[in-house]
This record gives sequence, C-alpha cells and structure tokens, in this order.
Amino acid sequence: MLGSKAGTQILDGNHAAAVGAKLSRVQVIAAYPITPQSPVTEKLSEYVEGGNLKAEYVAVESEHSALAVCSSASLVGARTFTASSSHGLAYMHEMLHWVAGTRLPVILACVNRAIGAPWNVLNDQQDSISQRDTGWIQIYARTNQEILDSVIQAYKIAETVYVPVMVCYDGYILSHTEMPVDVPSPRDVDSFLPPYKPHTILDPANPRNYNLVTLANPRVNAEGVLCHGYMEIRYLLQEALQNAGETIASVGREFGGLFGRSYASMLWEYSLDDAEIVIVAMGSLAMEAIVAADTLRDEGHRVGVLGLRVFRPFPKSDVVTALKKARLVVVFDKNISYGSEGATCSEIKSALYGSGANAVIRNFVVGLGGRDIKARELAGAVNKSLPALKEGVLNDEYPEWICHI
Amino acid sequence: MMKEIRVHARAGQGAITTATILANAAFEDGKYALTFPTFGAARIGAPMNAFVRISDAPIRIRSQIYTPDYVLVQDPTLMRGYDVVTGLKQDGLAVINSTRNPSELGLKTAAKVLTVSASQIAQEFMGRADRVNTAVIGAFVAASGELTLKALEKAINTRFSGKAAESNWKALVQAYNEVKNRGNGL
Repeated sequence: MLGSKAGTQILDGNHAAAVGAKLSRVQVIAAYPITPQSPVTEKLSEYVEGGNLKAEYVAVESEHSALAVCSSASLVGARTFTASSSHGLAYMHEMLHWVAGTRLPVILACVNRAIGAPWNVLNDQQDSISQRDTGWIQIYARTNQEILDSVIQAYKIAETVYVPVMVCYDGYILSHTEMPVDVPSPRDVDSFLPPYKPHTILDPANPRNYNLVTLANPRVNAEGVLCHGYMEIRYLLQEALQNAGETIASVGREFGGLFGRSYASMLWEYSLDDAEIVIVAMGSLAMEAIVAADTLRDEGHRVGVLGLRVFRPFPKSDVVTALKKARLVVVFDKNISYGSEGATCSEIKSALYGSGANAVIRNFVVGLGGRDIKARELAGAVNKSLPALKEGVLNDEYPEWICHI
Repeated sequence: MMKEIRVHARAGQGAITTATILANAAFEDGKYALTFPTFGAARIGAPMNAFVRISDAPIRIRSQIYTPDYVLVQDPTLMRGYDVVTGLKQDGLAVINSTRNPSELGLKTAAKVLTVSASQIAQEFMGRADRVNTAVIGAFVAASGELTLKALEKAINTRFSGKAAESNWKALVQAYNEVKNRGNGL
C-alpha cells in the first residue's frame, strides 16, 4: 500500500523536473519551449510569475540564446536552469561546449526526443547521446521520482566538481506520464543544498578576462604567471569528469541519508547476484527490463538487469564488477551511432576489454522515434541471443534492430 | 493485482483529464497509479488514447496497454473504422458513450459492454456535450466497482475548482446513479 503519504503527489515527469528546479532555488531560468519539454518551461514561468519562485525567467528567441543566458548568469554567480529536447538541444550544441569548457555548474533537463529527418516528436535518446562529447555529466532517470531527485543532486554535484549536468528523461514515457512522486519539503532540500557559492565570479568591481584566445602552449600572462594552454585546460575538464564519479556517489549517498532514497551507485542493479544473463538498458527502459527479467526467470533463466544511471562519466569499473559473472549481456539502445552500434553497447564493450570478462554481448536498437517497447519484446531478444551462448561467438559487428525490416 | 484501463477519444475531448482523475482517485484510495497518453498527429480531433494502470504494488511497466481490463470510449464516432475493444480481456468491461443499446454496436468482444448517454449528461450539467469524461468515469465506477466515490470527489476537486468542479461532480454522480439504477450492473 502506498497510502496518501504526506508529500506524495501524482506528477508527470516535466512537472517533477520543474519542482526539482524550484526546490533547488534556481535564480535564473532561460529556456525556449519545444515538444515534449514545453510544460517544464510553462511550470517554471508560472512559479516565477506567481511569486512562488524568486528567480528571473528570461524569455529568449532560441535554445542557443537560452544556454548563453544561463552561461552569463552562472558567470556572475547565479544558480541557473534550462531545459530542452531534440532539435532544441542540437541547436544548443555550441553553447554546451562553451558551458562545459568554462566549467559552469549549469543544469539542463533534457527531455529525450528523436531528431529529424523524418520529422518526429516522440521519444528516443539520440538527442542527448549526440551531445555525449561536450563535457557534460549525463544522468538518466527511470521514474519521475528520479527526475526530481536527480535535479536537486545535480546542483550539488555540478557546484562541487564545476562540470555542468544534464538530467535526461524519456519524452512522454516519463515527461507526460503521471505517477506518484514524493516531494521533499523546501526546508529539507535547503539543508541538503546550500546556496551556490562560486569560487570566482565576473564582477565589474574587479574586472577580469574570461575565455581568452588560448594558444597551443602554456605562456606567461601580463603578471608574469605561467598559464595553461588550451590542452591543459581541456585536460582538467577530462580529469574533473574522471573524478566526478566519487562526488556523484557521495552526493547520492548523502541524499539517501536525508530523504530515504539512495543514489550511491552510478548503476541500478536488479537480481544480479546469481544472474548468468544480464539485460543492460538506460532510462525508463531499465525499469521495463525488470519486467522482462522476471518473465525470463519464470521460464527458468537466471536473468538480471543492469540499469545505467550515469552515462558520463561512464562508470567503467562498476560495470566490470556488475558484469563479472555474466555469460550473456544483452544491451538495448534507444540510439545508434550510425555505421557502428548503440552508444551504450560500445561503452560496455570498452569497459570489459582487458577485464577478463568473456561474456557474449548482443546489441539491440529499439524504440526509435517513439516505437513502443513491450517487455515481451525485450524477453524475446534475450531468447533470440541464447544460441550465441552455445556457439560462443562473443561479438557481433553490428546491432540488430527490433523493427519491421 | 494490476488493472489496466484504455481510454479512446479524440484529441481535445479530455481523455488525459479522464486518465488523470482516475489515477489521482486510485492514489487517494491508497494505490499506485501510472497514466500517460499517446501522441500521434498532435491535432485537435485526431483519434488518441490515454492509458491508466492501477496497482497495489509499484508499477514498472512503461509500454502502452494492449490487453486492457477496461476500455472507455468517449466518442462513439471512434467505433467507425477503429476496433476499440481490441485486446480487451474476456472478463473485462467496455464503457461507451452512446445512446444506443450495447447489442446494436456490433462490438466483437466477449467482455461486458455498457453504454451511457454521457453527451446528454454533459450537456445537462456542463452545457457542452463534448465534456463527457466525468460522466464516463461515473458509469465506469458504477459498473466496475473500481475506485471509491470519496476518492473520485477528491480527485475532481484537485483537477477542477469552483463551478467546473461542482458540475463535473454532478455529471459523474448522475451517470453513476443511472447505471446503478439499471439493476443488473449494466
């Protein structure tokens, strides 16, 4: 029984994201509406307009400007929030690089949607996966509760490691789906997330230059101090992401201690203890996969689920540990790196290389452009992969698509 | 035990509101609920579905509903060209907004079919024949025994306020009583 627990509300994913931003006491919001993200911006502008959120809502003419506004606001010390989807996120691409390169703790909610052509407003994860190499931390939610909780944690993570965070959640499947969400009290969130204290801000009283043309090699500045070249600055971004896992886990653990929902791992594990077969999925699909795993267990197979919560930084060593006993790994991707395979499958293979793991890996591309994914299709794909286990063919060059061709 | 409800309507006829009210009422009754619509053409008047899952345990399944326990049809014209009862469980129930008798509809299902004049009820209480969702909910609850009136009243007052809450509640109760008074449950 759930009961009508105090604080629990029926919220859709977009509403949960907006509440997360509100509870995080964001100070500047700039966003441009796009399906299926629009209700996030509507909700936040409503909060600001109604006096329920002391923030500046900047209406802009494009996503590119939205992130430029967040970038500038962050540079002067404000806690900032934006949200987008699909073509909107693609249009932000340049600014995504700028924000990460400038090491600004901006938070972006990406409501995952397919990208044209052909025109499609429905869900897959091609949009955020296409931004994989911009230097943002990427967290994926399976439920609306995880959306709300992840937005709040994202600020603490970003403001600790100075890397922006993208909280990604599936369009419609979460964004427009209503489910119970436990909404924490503002007081509890305040105790978890203190106001943002930037280590340095752009201040007219103390003029400085930021983001100058930086040459290939380190060189001395006007004061005679040897400064980093481009490569050193970029190395520090990589180092920050490499080390971010510890912060993501410790912030998740602290969150769990306060709110009773722990996010201490970058992975979600289900029935892995005795699992020979492991289904890997990211986002809401990782929840549907549990239903498939239960079905397969009823049929006598030892199946577990590995849900990817954090895609960047990719939790390589955790994945190796989680898949140590697996003989068959079936990876489902709602994205495709054309000419290669699903992005998460590549990561899994890369993580396992040299680990001693000898599992058969099969990759299925599913759910592009909103194609509904049934649990029995996931189970069917696992069944279809079983002969490979006997044949011992570890790798397939290309993924299989669950579609009508 | 999970129950699945599929709502058939045209975009703009409030199927999402129907689903939201059902989910909120289930939640008020102490259950877990999950509700979502399909978006197709994203045009007013286009046929669409909204889905509701109600369960005593947390709901993990995210896909659309293919074998519903209940089907609610808000617009009778959808039965032209659409098999609204496809996949409906044999021991399930279809609630259709129609002035005709269930046997006249020619629906191919072994499940129970209930018709209710929801458009007329909506006209009477809301002054608009297309605001049928609360009347359809009233008929559904009377025939299925799912959800309590107390929870529905709370859900309606969460979704609507003032005169809209009042007239929607009256429409729901009217449909509920009409079905209950038929005596045979249908």
